[in-house]
Amino acid sequence: MELDLANVSPEDRKEVERNVFFGTIEQLKGWARSNSLWPLTFGLACCAIEMMAAGGAHYDLDRFGVMFRTSPRQADVMIVSGTVTKKMAPLLKRLYDQMPEPKWVIAMGSCATAGGPYVKSYSVVKGVDQIVPVDVYIPGCPPNPAALIYGINKLQAKIRYEAKTGKQVTSR
Amino acid sequence: MSEENKREDENTIENKSPEAPAPAEAAAAEAADQQEADAAKEQANEEKQQEQAAAEPVADSAQTEAEDVAAKPEAQPAEAPAAAAPPTVEDAAPAPAPERRKETDEEKAARRKATLEAREAAKVAAALAAAEAAKGGASAGAASAQPVAGDTQATPAAPASAASAAGEGDAFAPAPERRKETDEEKAARRKAALEAREAAKAAAAQAAAQGGAPATAAGGDGSAGGDAPPPKPPSPSQPRLDRVAAMLRELVAEDAVEEAYINEANDHLPTLVIKNDRWEQAARLFCDHAELGCKYLRNVSGVDYETHMEVVYYPWNMNAREGYCVKVRTDRDNPSVASATPIWETANWNEREIYDLLGVDFPGHPDLRRIMMPDDWVGHPLRKDYVPLDPEV
Amino acid sequence: MIRTEELLLNVGPQHPSTHGVFRIIVKLDGEIITEATPVMGYLHRGTEKLAEDLNFTQIVPYTDRMDYVSAMTNNYVLCHAVEKMMGLEIPERAEFMRLIVMELQRVASHLVWWGTYLLDIGALSPFLYAFSDRERVLGLFNELCGARLTYNYMRVGGVKWDAPEGWIDRVKTFVKDMYFRLDEYHNLVSGNEIFLSRVKGIGQYDAETAISYGLSGANLRCTGVQWDLRKAEPYSLYDRFKFDVPVGKNGDCYDRYLIRIAEIEQSLRILEQALEQFPGEGDTMGKVPRAIRPPAGEIYVRIESPRGEIGCHIVSKGKAEPYRLKFRRPSFVNLQILPKLLVGESMTNLVTILGGIDIVLGEVDC
Repeated sequence: MELDLANVSPEDRKEVERNVFFGTIEQLKGWARSNSLWPLTFGLACCAIEMMAAGGAHYDLDRFGVMFRTSPRQADVMIVSGTVTKKMAPLLKRLYDQMPEPKWVIAMGSCATAGGPYVKSYSVVKGVDQIVPVDVYIPGCPPNPAALIYGINKLQAKIRYEAKTGKQVTSR
Repeated sequence: MSEENKREDENTIENKSPEAPAPAEAAAAEAADQQEADAAKEQANEEKQQEQAAAEPVADSAQTEAEDVAAKPEAQPAEAPAAAAPPTVEDAAPAPAPERRKETDEEKAARRKATLEAREAAKVAAALAAAEAAKGGASAGAASAQPVAGDTQATPAAPASAASAAGEGDAFAPAPERRKETDEEKAARRKAALEAREAAKAAAAQAAAQGGAPATAAGGDGSAGGDAPPPKPPSPSQPRLDRVAAMLRELVAEDAVEEAYINEANDHLPTLVIKNDRWEQAARLFCDHAELGCKYLRNVSGVDYETHMEVVYYPWNMNAREGYCVKVRTDRDNPSVASATPIWETANWNEREIYDLLGVDFPGHPDLRRIMMPDDWVGHPLRKDYVPLDPEV
Repeated sequence: MIRTEELLLNVGPQHPSTHGVFRIIVKLDGEIITEATPVMGYLHRGTEKLAEDLNFTQIVPYTDRMDYVSAMTNNYVLCHAVEKMMGLEIPERAEFMRLIVMELQRVASHLVWWGTYLLDIGALSPFLYAFSDRERVLGLFNELCGARLTYNYMRVGGVKWDAPEGWIDRVKTFVKDMYFRLDEYHNLVSGNEIFLSRVKGIGQYDAETAISYGLSGANLRCTGVQWDLRKAEPYSLYDRFKFDVPVGKNGDCYDRYLIRIAEIEQSLRILEQALEQFPGEGDTMGKVPRAIRPPAGEIYVRIESPRGEIGCHIVSKGKAEPYRLKFRRPSFVNLQILPKLLVGESMTNLVTILGGIDIVLGEVDC
């Protein structure tokens, strides 16, 4: 079969434009990564129940390609849902380190964002971004599963944007 | 001296301030008034007898009775074991009659002042009534039986003290009640006296309403200020509390029970404060004794009062469906309470938590280490004077 | 030459089946557990210390977050304690609302337990069914008080929001549907051979041990002790309704499972009666002084949460803040028996036993 790119008929050209996409490899990677984010099951407190509800049948995270993985070695994103205490903080950092690149962090709920209602407590870390770099913050106490889904969508948009514009996906 | 003791007691009581029923206080008031009435009558008797020459042996016996009567309330407010009573008795005994009479008056005045102010007013009214009774001679005493005579003096005292209990609030209410509890025979006697007096008071009030009362009764009621709320009935858990306190005193140690009272708000829960070094034996008694049989420990809490620390246990008898509240006090610098884990398994982690957060040591605990905080944490967070090492994190 | 060694396995705080951040250090001899040491405190947020600076209305949201799966009962225990200290009268409609939401909460909490327990054991579909039903309850709560999980609904003296228009009818519909669903769940799981072989005879203990360890809730009732605080020390309006208390015989995981499913049914029964007798009108808040200052003293109240006996011990000095507020958390006390139950068990049963105790880490750590 011969492929003559110089003399392509208009119908053929329309056909080609419909079925062939052009883009960078980075954009392809971004599209793949954003649509199959596999979170680490990192439910700490009440927000974990909302995360489980988001994974349930009513709010269904699976339609976004989001499958919960239990091992950090197989996970892309860590959804920190719940209060991070000073006892838990070193383990959180260790789990984050065990995740392979590229990885993202979503801070779900006000405890993970900034300490939440327990900000005055002696044993609570005031925000998980003191330990790991956070990409998306989802406020709420606890945030609705719909809010979690919105946050995940935002993360997906961020991944695609960074892929398109060439910025590094993980910030160091 | 006893006055200072009483003031001290009231201060510490206010710090802990549990609730207690006023009837015991009213009972104490009335019993004390009865004793005052007795003593007053003794006085009257003595006055009469002193006029006669050959009255001394009788007077002596009367005086000893008066001493006993006066000494017992002395021992009771001082809240000390019998150690306080004998010195007072011995002090009073060899003194001649007129001096002793004066002394009893003084002691009584001191006692009254140290308790509620209302009692003073009651005493004034009672003294008036007593003077009237003494002046009226044996007629007042003979016409109505002794309970009623005591009652006329008790009546102004009882509503006044009940009103004072209602008005003054809970801080003062437990004071006389607890003093009473440390001697439960007196408690039983006073309860019986209270009931008799209440019945008589009802009768007297009825008589007064009908206008046929003797002048003293009417005067007593009038001086009190008309109708006052009746004193509260004794708590339904009172017999249980008395029984537990008696058992502890008998089977553990004489000084095991520091305080015993009823926590009214908490469904009349009998509350005991056990002495720290007797706690282990007392706990065993609570668990193993057939009558107490508290095999289920509901809750163990530690409380940091700034002056001392307290560990509160709530044992519960599953079969009889009744329980107690037991407190053990310890000082703040080296707090230590014998562990209840060998007795109730559930105390294990509870005590670890109290150790972790408050710093109370539990000798006898199988594995006392931190449970909530990381193992290398410095300090005990729930203490009132806790300063975190790293507040900015 | 064969040489065996003891293996130290860390069932870490991050684990799909530990129901939160809970760690067990397990010493294994092959597959048999020789020793298990639980480590907790990874979610210790210092609620009790924070409570010493807050007045009681401000503490209510913190109670929600303790046992977050069953927040209404936590709200109630605090409000009940303060009301008892102050001797407040609660209007009848408010009590009815409280009872209805508490029983609905019990249904929701047991559904969470059921779904996650079966997920731990290996059955993946009941989780979805349970959470789907739970969404209906949460939808009802959302309508009532605006939140799905941490309601902040009860106040000292009553409840904050009245039932919106038609809410009672929607609850009635839910109750009817839930009966039907319970039958489905029984058909799905309770006769399943695999399930039975996984839970029957596992994690057994007797009544004396249970009482000595201070267990409560289904953990105590599975041994045959008839002890339900709704019947033994009735609070709220529970003495007006007829319901049974399911009690087990053997004290193993299967009995605990059956008791909790039966409790869902009994809760539905109470709900039916309560919805029937619901007063048409009334206040939602009693006469409460503007500044809530319980008199100086001490109190310990306890109610039956889905996990057991939750208690609230308040020492008050007459101020608006408590001097000491301690919660007796059922999960914390119930969890003590875990090391004892695990010794000698196969490693595969660890998750079954732990799930059967029904813990919520927010409550264990407070």
